[in-house]
Amino acid sequence: MKPSLTSPDPLRLDVRNLSTFFDTDEGLIRSVADVSFSIRPGKTTALVGESGSGKSVTSLSLMRLLSRTDSTQVSGQALFTNRAGETLNLLALPEPAMRRIRGNEIAMIFQEPMTSLNPVFTVGEQIAESVRLHMGLDRAAALAHALRMLELVEIPAAAQRLHEYPHQLSGGMRQRVMIALAMACNPTLLIADEPTTALDVTIQAQILELMRRLQRETGMSILFITHNLGVVAHHADDVAVMYAGRIVEAAPVRALFASPQHPYTQGLLACLPAQQRKRELANGETRGKRRLYAIRGQVSSPLAPPPGCAFEPRCDHALAACKEAMPALESAGPQRVARCILVSEAAPLVTETA
Amino acid sequence: MSAPLIEVKNLHRYFGAPAKPVRAVDDVSFSIQPGETLGLVGESGSGKSTIGRTLLRLIESTSGQVLYRGEDLGSASSSRMRALRSKLQMIFQDPYASLNPKMRVKDILGEALQVHGLAKGKVARNQRIVELLELVGLRAEHASRYPHEFSGGQRQRIGVARALAVEPEFIVADEPLSALDVSIQAQVVNLLCDLRDRLSLTMLFISHDLDVVEYLCDRVVVLYLGRVMEVAPTAELFSRPLHPYSQALLAASPKPDPEQKSVHIALKGDIPSPVNPPSGCVFRTRCPHVIDACASARPELRDMGQGRFKACIRDDIALVTA
Repeated sequence: MKPSLTSPDPLRLDVRNLSTFFDTDEGLIRSVADVSFSIRPGKTTALVGESGSGKSVTSLSLMRLLSRTDSTQVSGQALFTNRAGETLNLLALPEPAMRRIRGNEIAMIFQEPMTSLNPVFTVGEQIAESVRLHMGLDRAAALAHALRMLELVEIPAAAQRLHEYPHQLSGGMRQRVMIALAMACNPTLLIADEPTTALDVTIQAQILELMRRLQRETGMSILFITHNLGVVAHHADDVAVMYAGRIVEAAPVRALFASPQHPYTQGLLACLPAQQRKRELANGETRGKRRLYAIRGQVSSPLAPPPGCAFEPRCDHALAACKEAMPALESAGPQRVARCILVSEAAPLVTETA
Repeated sequence: MSAPLIEVKNLHRYFGAPAKPVRAVDDVSFSIQPGETLGLVGESGSGKSTIGRTLLRLIESTSGQVLYRGEDLGSASSSRMRALRSKLQMIFQDPYASLNPKMRVKDILGEALQVHGLAKGKVARNQRIVELLELVGLRAEHASRYPHEFSGGQRQRIGVARALAVEPEFIVADEPLSALDVSIQAQVVNLLCDLRDRLSLTMLFISHDLDVVEYLCDRVVVLYLGRVMEVAPTAELFSRPLHPYSQALLAASPKPDPEQKSVHIALKGDIPSPVNPPSGCVFRTRCPHVIDACASARPELRDMGQGRFKACIRDDIALVTA
């Protein structure tokens, strides 16, 4: 029995053993390896990791947006429960059925709104296209729907903006248009891949607040892909931390921040200046002059992964056994899993951040 | 108070047609004491990078003065400026774009030494290059590699080594961390802290990451649309921001702690265009505390005591602690 984050409710999305490998001239790259996580209805699961950890490839694999060539190998299951309550394996659906789901049941927003909007169509036409396709509305009704969507995402002077092109809008406005487009068919799952990374903090705060309001009103689930732990802390219910293509730890958000189990998660939190300050305040130290905790070294090349645990070369707690085999994802408390032999040996790690 | 190392007086930098200029930097003044790390924060378009570059005369100012130890850089001749550049250096944001891909690391560092006539002779130069690499946590064998052979964090270390090669007194670090992953950012922050202390560097640290600024800087200048909104010692700014924009900026930055509920100050709308900034206070179109008087006159940067300055006419607004 594999441990998982399941609750008694049916899950919106249940990803099991997803792997995505790319066969390149230099060798096989395991971008995503044996990734399992789930998203509850109406809740947000965050996928956290640094560049190259495989979080974006995970989302593209789920949406089947990777180019279908011989060199791309995707395996595993992604069990998605649609509006009608049917559970479908996204990775095994025929393409026409998948096309009915994309943009309809599952919508996606990306990091850079300028490259994901078409520069030669007005924003109204782009939103209208998806509702004409999925909801069968005629041109006029679809444009009227597009207008309601722009109003939903609080774009000022929406009736005028409807007929404008993406380049006429600011970055924050474009991301609102992307969200309007994604929300047009009332999706049950929104995949948001670094949706606020390109935005300024005050605009980021507006967009996150908007996403939260839409989730409250529609009950959609969100898969939130980000590297920003501050955003995760306030906008996720469950968190899965990825390192070198694998999930190394998954837990409910408060439990994760309160007591990270995997040394990588511990390091990631400890190296944030804000966490450093919290520790200093807790210890009654004066501010400033202590060094930040830093994870040493860097991620190994995906072409030459270490034989055992992928994090072993950078880990402060590594043992000889860590070099031998990749640890399994094991239960680490209620609703939590971690991929570390120190955690599964039931000897609680002494953490600096606790 | 000793004499400032760097003094910026009424700096302006306009771009584009003089009739309808983009006011990237609009009457900015501040000073930096020797050994101090000053943070420059603001969102995109606030003019922070333009100020950094104008300080080193990588771009010319439209008007105003930049004084280094009392000497006006704007009127320095190009040969004088070249000599001064060994004292004033810059670390750039993008470690991929700021290193010449066709040059080996030893040539990148060696060029800086050669231009300024330091470490003359092959032996001395190679020795100095190894010293520099070790200073920033790289190894001697890295000297004969090309930039593409390094990771982002290592490249940023090379950028730091190049800036330090000429033994500068003052460094402008323009978003040196934003292209790096979190775990690598901490390594570079530690490196900058160590070097600053060991070499007693004075630094202008430009960033939009408020957590890092709070950690690294002694004082902070908050910019909005090319103007200074608030200047304050770091601890005071972060515990008690006075300007409504500083308050909103701090509140908008999510803290990596689910238990810490942030105060919500929703700012409406977007940053206005710097071509056509609002009259009076430039922040008034988004300010939750705006009154009629905000539109009529540009608020002066007023001394609020304890080294704090703010450009806001209201003193009666409720303090929101972030």
